[in-house]
Amino acid sequence: MSAVRIFVPIDAAARSVGADETAAAIAAEARRRKLDIELVRNGSRGLLWLEPLVEVEIRGQRVAYGPVGDHEVAGLFEAGFASGADAKGKAGHPKALGPTEEIPYLRRQQRLTFARAGITDPRSLNDYLALGGYRGLAAALEMPPADIVASVTASGLRGRGGAAFPAGIKWQTVLKAAGAQKYIVCNADEGDSGTFSDRMLMEGDPFVLIEGMTIAALATGATRGYIYLRWEYPDAKRALEAAIAAAYAANYLGENIQGSGSRFDLEVRMGAGAYICGEETSLLESLEGKRGQVRFKPPLPAIAGLWGMPTVINNVITFASVPIILDLGAARYQQFGSGRSRGTLPLQLAGNIKHGGLVEVAFGLTLRELLYEYGGGTLSGRPIRAVQVGGPLGAYLPASQFDTPIDYEAFAAINGMLGHGGIVVFDDSVDMAAQARYAMEFCAIESCGKCTPCRIGSTRGVEVIDRLVAGENASKQEALLRDLCETLTLGSLCALGGLTAFPVLSALNHFPEDFVKPKRASASD
Amino acid sequence: MTSPLPRRVIPLKAEPASALRAAERKAIEGACARLKALPGALLPILHAVQEELGLVPKEAVPLIARELNLSIAEVHGVVSFYHYFRQHRGGRHVVHLCRAEACQALGASALEAHAKRSLGIDFHGTTADGAVSLEPVYCLGNCALGPSVMIDDQLQGRVSAQRFDALMAQARLPASKS
Repeated sequence: MSAVRIFVPIDAAARSVGADETAAAIAAEARRRKLDIELVRNGSRGLLWLEPLVEVEIRGQRVAYGPVGDHEVAGLFEAGFASGADAKGKAGHPKALGPTEEIPYLRRQQRLTFARAGITDPRSLNDYLALGGYRGLAAALEMPPADIVASVTASGLRGRGGAAFPAGIKWQTVLKAAGAQKYIVCNADEGDSGTFSDRMLMEGDPFVLIEGMTIAALATGATRGYIYLRWEYPDAKRALEAAIAAAYAANYLGENIQGSGSRFDLEVRMGAGAYICGEETSLLESLEGKRGQVRFKPPLPAIAGLWGMPTVINNVITFASVPIILDLGAARYQQFGSGRSRGTLPLQLAGNIKHGGLVEVAFGLTLRELLYEYGGGTLSGRPIRAVQVGGPLGAYLPASQFDTPIDYEAFAAINGMLGHGGIVVFDDSVDMAAQARYAMEFCAIESCGKCTPCRIGSTRGVEVIDRLVAGENASKQEALLRDLCETLTLGSLCALGGLTAFPVLSALNHFPEDFVKPKRASASD
Repeated sequence: MTSPLPRRVIPLKAEPASALRAAERKAIEGACARLKALPGALLPILHAVQEELGLVPKEAVPLIARELNLSIAEVHGVVSFYHYFRQHRGGRHVVHLCRAEACQALGASALEAHAKRSLGIDFHGTTADGAVSLEPVYCLGNCALGPSVMIDDQLQGRVSAQRFDALMAQARLPASKS
């Protein structure tokens, strides 16, 4: 009889709540009971409130238990979870969740980009190949570059980093640009609060990112690539470096990839704690070894990017969505979605939410469905008062806007943005004036300093909000704050200064009662 | 026949970085020698130096500048731009506490106040026993399991005040030098 396979995620979020301790306890308990088990450290399924989520594979089916602390491991063995006695995963134990794929949160998703995440050992190229990996590259190797680009364009894939620019158009520009050396750069500087899909993908299925970047290289004639990764993600660094080494060893990177005659070299470069380096031109400056200061555009990076050469720069999820587009065909991917937002978006439910995690679904679902049907409301059990969508530069939305569909244009229409798909939930104890003040403070801390409205206006914004909340000539302060926001919006080169008005003004417009003195009694009192 | 003169860099001080200890100097020169051929080598070098020494000493700046043929101002500009690089020695453990919105929604501000009070330091400070430095960070990517902190390179989620105290007690154990 072959060994029972037991899965405990190696994802940083799972480890942050004790997955390593649980894995060690399982190994020790199996030794004690002289049971032959194979312990696999997989990626996370994204049901983060259930982490550490332990799965047992019995007769080809995986059943889940969670959250499993190390002190609960002996009890699980006692209930027979490793011997198949609890094969349905329903009977014996209060932490039993049944077959993993049947958990409604997971079953209702449409996982394309995250198809493999949580299933495989992220360091195993064999696992990757066994589950459809590198089929996209195989298809691309049969196509001329222009056809690869046409396929990406036809899929309707738009940049998943936040700006939602059509990926195919960007690639086409690089393909047509003349340059002695072209580059593929992956923006893995996922700095938006409330977002972790890049991290989960890099830790849970790093090969799909490598494959996507390799296809981009074939499509545009680039031979060198960099993954610019934030220092806050050491687990992702380890996962990527292991996967890159495995891809080199199996000739999926380097010279003459799979006998095609094409070359692509890839390495990971670490950021150093600067939110602004998620802005593409700052990122390029940083990769060149400089301060991460925003560049003027034009020229676009596609024309003159890294070291002045034509450069494709896309987000992790954008590149990682390409292999499945090439594998299934653009038409199939294009069938998902709504309006001009095609395909799926890995959304992230975060903050004060009962069922936080990763939800990959086709565009078109409403915010309300996400918050309640997936999220289950707040963790605190209090009513949801506000959600911030799209990171620290996204608008705060009140309950009256929760029926907005997840769609780039629909969010733009309510002065919001979908950004990188992060959704941060606040209950009714939130002080929206404090959130508006924080938005200005964050802009002041993270400004690169190039544009005066952003560098200085953000600090003045904090002061104006303080005076407004203190009730010092409030109507004048409010007018001043609105004027300052307009200056920031119109007078900044990039999104940091340009979008800080979104959280500030949405808080002021939708929750004016928090800005007046005397303040409403705080719900936490 | 004369060969063209190599470009000479005239250092401001006869011997830059003379205040460095020999081991520090060796680490910095080693990092430069290993990495300076990379395109855009400055950040990788600074990371390597900080990983080895726990900081980028002020005296390292002219040395790195000379190795990369950059001005001291350019190197200083980069070191000071990025929040992660530190020029002052920290504690044996560095605690990065997330201040961003998703953690705020779960009480990060209260955790921040508790951390400062219980450690007796402000952000960027180090406890008197040299065990712990406290730094702010803006998102650790653990937004569904906040509030979060990172202790050295280990992420911790759902950090209540009690759990924070337990983690700090653990960090202070003599054997826990990472």
